[in-house]
Amino acid sequence: MMTTKENILSPIGKEGVGPNEFGYYGTFGGAFIPEMLYPNVDQLKTRYLEIMSEASFQKEFRDLLKDYVGRPTPLFFAERLSKQFNTQIFLKREDLCHTGAHKINNTVGQILLAQRLGKKRIIAETGAGQHGVATATVCALKGMECVVYMGEVDIERQAPNVARMKMLGATVVPAKSGSRTLKDATNEAIRAWINEPVDTHYIIGSVVGPHPYPDMVARFQSVISEEMRWQLKEKTGSELPTHVIACVGGGSNAAGAFYHYINEPSVKLVAVEAAGFGVNSGMSAATTQLGRAGILHGSKSLVMQTEDGQVVEPHSISAGLDYPGIGPMHAHLYESGRGTFLNVTDEDALQAAFDLAKLEGIIPALESAHAFSALKQMTLNEKDKVVICLSGRGDKDLATYMKAMRV
Amino acid sequence: MTRIEKLFSEKKQQKVLNVYCTAGFPKLDSTLEVMKSLQANGADLIELGMPYSDPLADGEVIQQSGAVALQNGMTIAILFEQLKEMRSIINIPVILMGYMNPVLQYGFENFCAKAAEVGVDGLILPDLPMYEYESEYGQIIKKYGLNLIFLVTPETKEERIRRIDDLSTGFLYAVSSSSTTGSNKDISEQEPYFKKLHDMNLKNPILVGFGIKDKQTFEAACKYTNGAIIGTAYIKALGNGKDVQMATKEFLEKIV
Repeated sequence: MMTTKENILSPIGKEGVGPNEFGYYGTFGGAFIPEMLYPNVDQLKTRYLEIMSEASFQKEFRDLLKDYVGRPTPLFFAERLSKQFNTQIFLKREDLCHTGAHKINNTVGQILLAQRLGKKRIIAETGAGQHGVATATVCALKGMECVVYMGEVDIERQAPNVARMKMLGATVVPAKSGSRTLKDATNEAIRAWINEPVDTHYIIGSVVGPHPYPDMVARFQSVISEEMRWQLKEKTGSELPTHVIACVGGGSNAAGAFYHYINEPSVKLVAVEAAGFGVNSGMSAATTQLGRAGILHGSKSLVMQTEDGQVVEPHSISAGLDYPGIGPMHAHLYESGRGTFLNVTDEDALQAAFDLAKLEGIIPALESAHAFSALKQMTLNEKDKVVICLSGRGDKDLATYMKAMRV
Repeated sequence: MTRIEKLFSEKKQQKVLNVYCTAGFPKLDSTLEVMKSLQANGADLIELGMPYSDPLADGEVIQQSGAVALQNGMTIAILFEQLKEMRSIINIPVILMGYMNPVLQYGFENFCAKAAEVGVDGLILPDLPMYEYESEYGQIIKKYGLNLIFLVTPETKEERIRRIDDLSTGFLYAVSSSSTTGSNKDISEQEPYFKKLHDMNLKNPILVGFGIKDKQTFEAACKYTNGAIIGTAYIKALGNGKDVQMATKEFLEKIV
């Protein structure tokens, strides 16, 4: 375990949260990459902790989070929602970040890292487009060239985000292979990195990919739970909630929301996957329920696949959860029993989005709506303190919401 | 000594031609016919690709051939069934190339055992890194007497090339440029890299792959090395819908 350098982005991080030196969380993780990617990944692995611990990096990162992203994001006590579930519910308002989701915490961190590695060009994959927009945004901010790979299917269902990326100066390249969604966009981005390895940095948007990506992205996102701790203390007198709930596709917002609570056994970590039409419908993205140990995008984790090891096409109404894998850290939380994994169907997620809009005046992203719907599956009482990571806002999903309202 | 090692010791002065084909492409039962045609028309070595849904190191053409093969129903189990009688007709060395996930699902040790049983000589597993090889998988591969061929690239540092050479058996796969398969990057510009590999006096012979498509690029790749690997160009030729034997003959005539 990396005990000496563990607390880099926060004074509260503790041993046991990060992977070992080979990138393993239990039996999951590692770096299963072709030799063509080795120099880049190795450079990153050798230098990420050192760069992230530099005072100048810390300062620039913190300043940008504050003045550009708009952090700290509020922790909001949702009174009417709390009443409905007879408990105390707090919303971590990542939807109020610049660009509308938590994704930018990571892209700000990675672009500063890329600059320090001397990279000139950025590539990224995106599903819902939130990570693509967050990447295009920081590239504009830093004057770097930006190419975003996005599945053809997602380009259609997330048109506003495609337009935003283009307006921000990024090139959006459609991924036309396989299921033409997030998995394939990630393949294309990795191939692009193989073809342009020297000046290019690949900003992965979730806690997936070869080591050190899962750990690096989790550290950048850990600002979410770092803030939650002191905000909860201010509001309730204790840094510890009873439950933290977050949706999980690859798992970046959940990694950030769980990070500083992983070593607090009294805090229940609830990860909510997308069940699509239902876990057993054949149209689902609930990886822990449907997957087996396997290798996808450079790390060993749980993967939805056929008996013969071909990765299957998942389904979720939300493009950001439409992924057949899950970060190795989450696979480990699942296998070790530290995390509780629930799943929510497309229909229930939609309902939760409409409920939240009417109860609290907040339109959540479809991804985040899954986390809210999980409340219905939990037994809670008035003494519980539940924090839900509201990872993104719902503007990008309006077309889907309008269809559901039949307006 | 595997058939691969024998081939290189016998062909010291000549250049070795390794041709890649995708198992189950163009048709599910094309595998042996393609291999037979390759052998009959001058290939010294066959690299047989096992199709995978997410082939990260491959360009569009090989990806597409894999997608067709999967649609045809190809699996590792079916492939081993097809290869059962392979050694009664194929006497040149055969390497299986594939990504780790399907192999792990088949069972890594089972896979190696079965490969050795049907007469496969070596493996190329591009997403099996050195660390995993040394800590877990290498001993199993060795137990079944298979060669494991690692990749090096123009970006691989000299010290690492030596370590990779130490672990590799059979030959070393020198990727011609930083790219996925089927690249159009100019091979002739890579001469200093091939010469560097040559001058390092490595333990293994060197075959160059990626971007070799005709006689000219084959010769450029071979100048300082022991031979080269052709993949994408051959898959393209096969994909034209022509008869496998005709397509293979026409394609290899222009190179051998």
